[in-house]
Amino acid sequence: MLTVTSVSRSFGDHRVLDEVSFEVRPGRMTGFLGANGSGKTTTMRIILGVLAAHGGTVAWQGSPVTGAVRQQFGYMPEERGLYPKMGVAEQISWLGRLHGLDREAARRNTDRLLDQLELGHRAQDKLEELSLGNQQRAQVAAALVHDPEMLILDEPFSGLDPIAVETVLGVLRERAAGGVPVLFSSHQLAVVERLCDDVVIISAGRITVSGARDELRARYGAARFELVVTSDAGWVRDVPGVRVVDVDGPRVVFEPDGAADADQVVLQAALRRGPVRSFTPVVPTLDEIFKEAI
Amino acid sequence: MTGVTRQDGRPRGFAAATKLVAEREMKAFLRTKGFWIGLAVIVVGLFAASILPTVFDSGETKVAAVGARAAEALTDSGLEVREVADVAAAEALIRAEEVEAAVVPDTTGESATGVRVLTLNDPPTDVVAALRTAPPVDLLDPGEVGRGQLQLASMVFALLFLMFGMGGAAIAQSTVTEKQTRIVEILVATVPVRALLAGKILGHALLTIGQVLVIAVAAPVALRLGGHSELLAAIAPGLGWFVPFMVLGFVLLAAMWAVAGSLVSRQEDLGSSMGLVMLLVMGPYFGVMFFFDNATVLTVLSFLPFSSAIAMPVRLFAGEAAVWEPLVALGLLAGSVVLIVVLASRVYSRSLLHTGGKLALSKAWARQE
Repeated sequence: MLTVTSVSRSFGDHRVLDEVSFEVRPGRMTGFLGANGSGKTTTMRIILGVLAAHGGTVAWQGSPVTGAVRQQFGYMPEERGLYPKMGVAEQISWLGRLHGLDREAARRNTDRLLDQLELGHRAQDKLEELSLGNQQRAQVAAALVHDPEMLILDEPFSGLDPIAVETVLGVLRERAAGGVPVLFSSHQLAVVERLCDDVVIISAGRITVSGARDELRARYGAARFELVVTSDAGWVRDVPGVRVVDVDGPRVVFEPDGAADADQVVLQAALRRGPVRSFTPVVPTLDEIFKEAI
Repeated sequence: MTGVTRQDGRPRGFAAATKLVAEREMKAFLRTKGFWIGLAVIVVGLFAASILPTVFDSGETKVAAVGARAAEALTDSGLEVREVADVAAAEALIRAEEVEAAVVPDTTGESATGVRVLTLNDPPTDVVAALRTAPPVDLLDPGEVGRGQLQLASMVFALLFLMFGMGGAAIAQSTVTEKQTRIVEILVATVPVRALLAGKILGHALLTIGQVLVIAVAAPVALRLGGHSELLAAIAPGLGWFVPFMVLGFVLLAAMWAVAGSLVSRQEDLGSSMGLVMLLVMGPYFGVMFFFDNATVLTVLSFLPFSSAIAMPVRLFAGEAAVWEPLVALGLLAGSVVLIVVLASRVYSRSLLHTGGKLALSKAWARQE
């Protein structure tokens, strides 16, 4: 498990990170959400030791992260980059060796990864000869080649077409299933919503929300219900203990306001008035949590 | 809990990382055409310079001499002299083109030296020059090598220094490539920054040593083929010293090239940060080229780091340096290598992650790591 505790960082007088704390748990995909400039990349760079923290600690399995530990991390920086004039397989396997693999293991892992990422046929080409999307896949391979114990990926899906997203996602899920904690940042809520198990939301350098995605939904989504009847549903406004969020002809969304069983009161009233087409609890999207959190 | 079984769990230490970086640098550089073209030009140039003059010049001029007077006049002329009995025999040799000319007794009294020159159709200048009387010159300080040879040696050493010194610019190139492509972020997250610097210097230094060795092997062969064995004997001690001086000089420059590369973020800006290093390569080059026959200046240059890499081997070649002098100069050079590498690694590691415009040296120095 990776534990970030009270990490702060300033650039000049500008405080970019303010007491940032969160955890990345083994075997889980943790989505790191935040608007541009909110501190996602700075946090990741501090975890990787590329940038120094001005306060706080980053710990791996309970001990401070050292250079030797970091060598077992896999990192995909926000600004992509590999050697343009070097062969794809050659540089990925070189990076594997730099991370501590022997020559043979590095070659084996490279071949396997490139095949998995559907890049095997371009293995011998120079990186600069690949399309941007394929360069991105190579970048993913570079982060994974040494079978990292922890994965930190800055916007791993940006710039990928939907098919490539699925391919890369499959590879990442496989790693997470193997027990590797995966932290990935994104500003695309839909992506995080679908992919992550845990969510950390950062806003202006502060962590506003963190936890399991499902728990967050339960916690942040005030219980809401949607009722669809056959005639105008405006009468719900007059039910005591209920706050109507939205009415649209026969469809109404409401929140119980105080009384715990207000939803049942509304349902019984609706049934007395006529047929009920639908009655469902509304689960908030991450989008709504996100907007609420920042 | 780590969840993954590692095939090889040992993290890379400083030395192993340095070696890997050096290996990649060498492979990448060996793959560039420029490297091979540069080396080929040096080797071909070396052979051309020592062999071509011999090919066009068919060797010593053969000349026939008739009579004691003529034979005496040709002593120490550097010409191949064949003494023959009479003028008729000499004429026969000329017509048979076995000799270019004959020196015979002058019977008309026109000649001040008492000899005449016979030849087929083209007046032989070297024979005429050999017969010209000039006052004898006594050298008070006879050096082992002439001015021409000294100039040649200075030029060769200075040119090699210039080529290898400028070759170090490849380090700046590769540093800025890593910055520009941002792969530097992965590298820095994986291995110590100083291992990156050390690997680059090591890789390019090994390449340079390799090239110097190729030249050190090719030069004697070329000189022997060209029939300059005596020059070879004279240049050998200088060449032997040139290797350690060149290697240390290169490391000194390499550290500075790396800093030049780390201060900028784009290839296009590289020119602005390379000026100082280029000056430190060009300065010694021109210094030695201009002052190779000025003993005082050359002595000073032979102790200053940078220029000592050329000037000391030149002085050794000329036989002007005492045994202790190259050792002291080498010590001074090694000392400055250590100092510069320490300073450079600080600036390098602080500026490596800087992006944007050119970073001033003083800012890079004070920057947070």
